[in-house]
Amino acid sequence: MTEPLLRVEGLKKYFPIKSGILGQVKNHVKAVDDVSFTVNEGETLGIVGESGCGKSTTGRMLMRLLEPTEGKVIFDGQELTALSTSEMRKVRRDIQMVFQDPYASLNPRHTIEKILMEPLNVHNLGDPKERKKKVYEFLEIVGLSSYHAKRYPHQFSGGQRQRIGIARALMTNPKLIIADEPVSALDVSIQAQVLNLMQDLQKELKLTYIFIAHDLGVVRHISDRVGVMYLGQMAELADSEALYEKPLHPYTQALLSAVPVPDPDFLREEVVIKGDVPSPANPPSGCRFHTRCPFKMDICETTVPIFAEVEKGHSVACHLYEESRPQ
Amino acid sequence: MENRKTILDVKGLKTSFFTDDGEIPAVDNIDFHIREGEVLGIVGESGCGKSVTSLSVMGLVPSPPGKITEGEILFQDKDLTKLSEKQMRAIRGNDIAMIFQEPMTSLNPLFTIGDQLREAVKIHKKDWSKKQIQERAIEMMKLVGLPRAEGLMKEYPHQLSGGMRQRVMIAMALLCDPKVLIADEPTTALDVTIQAQILKLIKNLNERLNTAVLLITHDLGVVAETCERVIVMYAGKVVEEGPVHKIFKDPQHPYTRGLLESVPDMRFKKERLYSIPGNVPKPGTIRTGCRFAARCEFAFDRCIVENPDLYRTEEDHQTRCFLFDPKEVQAHDRTVVKS
Repeated sequence: MTEPLLRVEGLKKYFPIKSGILGQVKNHVKAVDDVSFTVNEGETLGIVGESGCGKSTTGRMLMRLLEPTEGKVIFDGQELTALSTSEMRKVRRDIQMVFQDPYASLNPRHTIEKILMEPLNVHNLGDPKERKKKVYEFLEIVGLSSYHAKRYPHQFSGGQRQRIGIARALMTNPKLIIADEPVSALDVSIQAQVLNLMQDLQKELKLTYIFIAHDLGVVRHISDRVGVMYLGQMAELADSEALYEKPLHPYTQALLSAVPVPDPDFLREEVVIKGDVPSPANPPSGCRFHTRCPFKMDICETTVPIFAEVEKGHSVACHLYEESRPQ
Repeated sequence: MENRKTILDVKGLKTSFFTDDGEIPAVDNIDFHIREGEVLGIVGESGCGKSVTSLSVMGLVPSPPGKITEGEILFQDKDLTKLSEKQMRAIRGNDIAMIFQEPMTSLNPLFTIGDQLREAVKIHKKDWSKKQIQERAIEMMKLVGLPRAEGLMKEYPHQLSGGMRQRVMIAMALLCDPKVLIADEPTTALDVTIQAQILKLIKNLNERLNTAVLLITHDLGVVAETCERVIVMYAGKVVEEGPVHKIFKDPQHPYTRGLLESVPDMRFKKERLYSIPGNVPKPGTIRTGCRFAARCEFAFDRCIVENPDLYRTEEDHQTRCFLFDPKEVQAHDRTVVKS
């Protein structure tokens, strides 16, 4: 098998909780706690989970916008976590990010031309004439027109701004795009346009996506493989078909059964989980889901389940499947 | 089921905002009604006027710049648009209550949950004793499924999770047995597993207490699961109205159809999503013709110049589209026969 484009090993991020005048560290919020996965070239990996599960923190650590506490990120054969800041800056040419809020991620005082030119200036790509040409080219690619270049962000609608955000990410010809909730601020009809655009671009430019979102329908639509996170850990990771048709982890089952389906005749298999997500500062012992799990056993309270393959390409962290694992 | 009494009747409501650019109608001549004990959904994208509709019913449209310029809102034979602020205050919370999207901003962070629940009862039930008020508050907290109600009364909003806060808001809204509960995006800020719990609770309370619910949302899945009847809004107008089953199984208006097709369904993978071209128009920009004409694949010359009415296609199903105008249908049949 060829080496995956991105390999993440044992990634952790602990945020200190400080208190008192001296700012002593009392405890840690374990936002991401030992997450490992790989992303192959040309595929889309979806990461889903509820708020506070660490999906955005994971995305930011991949680009080292947040420094990981522990763990390795290996991109294209290079260990990103070992690079210096200036070396990292060069790598960011190949990894770009698209953010959730198209209102907050574009500078309101800059024209679209300036916003799109910025990445080229930073990475010193091409001469001014070529840069300008590229701006116009990418505006057309994302479905806008070259006359939009002279306008300011407030003159665009939410969907158009997200197109600009995508164009900006594409300017440096990246290999990997990390999209953090790129469509959740958009209306349904606009969301469909942006999702289609992202799929078209992926085909045309051979992009690899990491698509972070909370909407399970959107994630199924766009992803080849999907990872489900819960309280800073990966609960299940599989091909999107397998994950949605045959979810193994009780949390995935509950999550899928909670999504409202736009069909009044749909009869769901109900897996109800009680209560709220516990605090990541003080996660439950053993399996982190045991406080809400309908299939809890004694072992779940004491032992952390291992995240490993149960079937080919289908990994899960749950004691229920301990025996069915290939030895 | 159809004999249930109409409890809230909105007729020809027009709510406008007066800005430097002139009058902008956010809600333009809409009619709808809610029957006793019914769950009615209003769906639409941002800027379609669904929230302004609910604020108009509650008399909470910020004025200035907003104003109800036309129409009436009949509740128990009283026209709410004609009432004074004082009279309106007696109805708000008592007969019609509302819950909002973000439970954190609707609760005062400086007061305990108990203080805020008791205050709500005190305002409407002036002759109740302290003990009665306290008991009522605890009773409601238990009804909405909050654990250890007595203990929670002493806690502050920040100590509760989002789902619990929304339960407190629902408890507060139901304290005085309202006849109508308006829920404006009640689960949008919540995670799916919590959303499922809250929707179940709203439905359950609707059945047990027979409170009519007006559920405003942008999520078609939420509508399909909780509502009996649906109103689809677009750019300040009602474009389609009907029972939930007909809206989802036999949508008529091209906008409703497009909307349903553009939702990614979790149950199966579509190769490509259908997308409605263009953007939602800014309120007040389209003054003549059908507001959806510019994005509609079936639009013809009449759509651009004339404003379509709501055409009744079935007893309980109405659509604002010329394709369902009996005259057009006849004309169409004739051309089909000729060719």
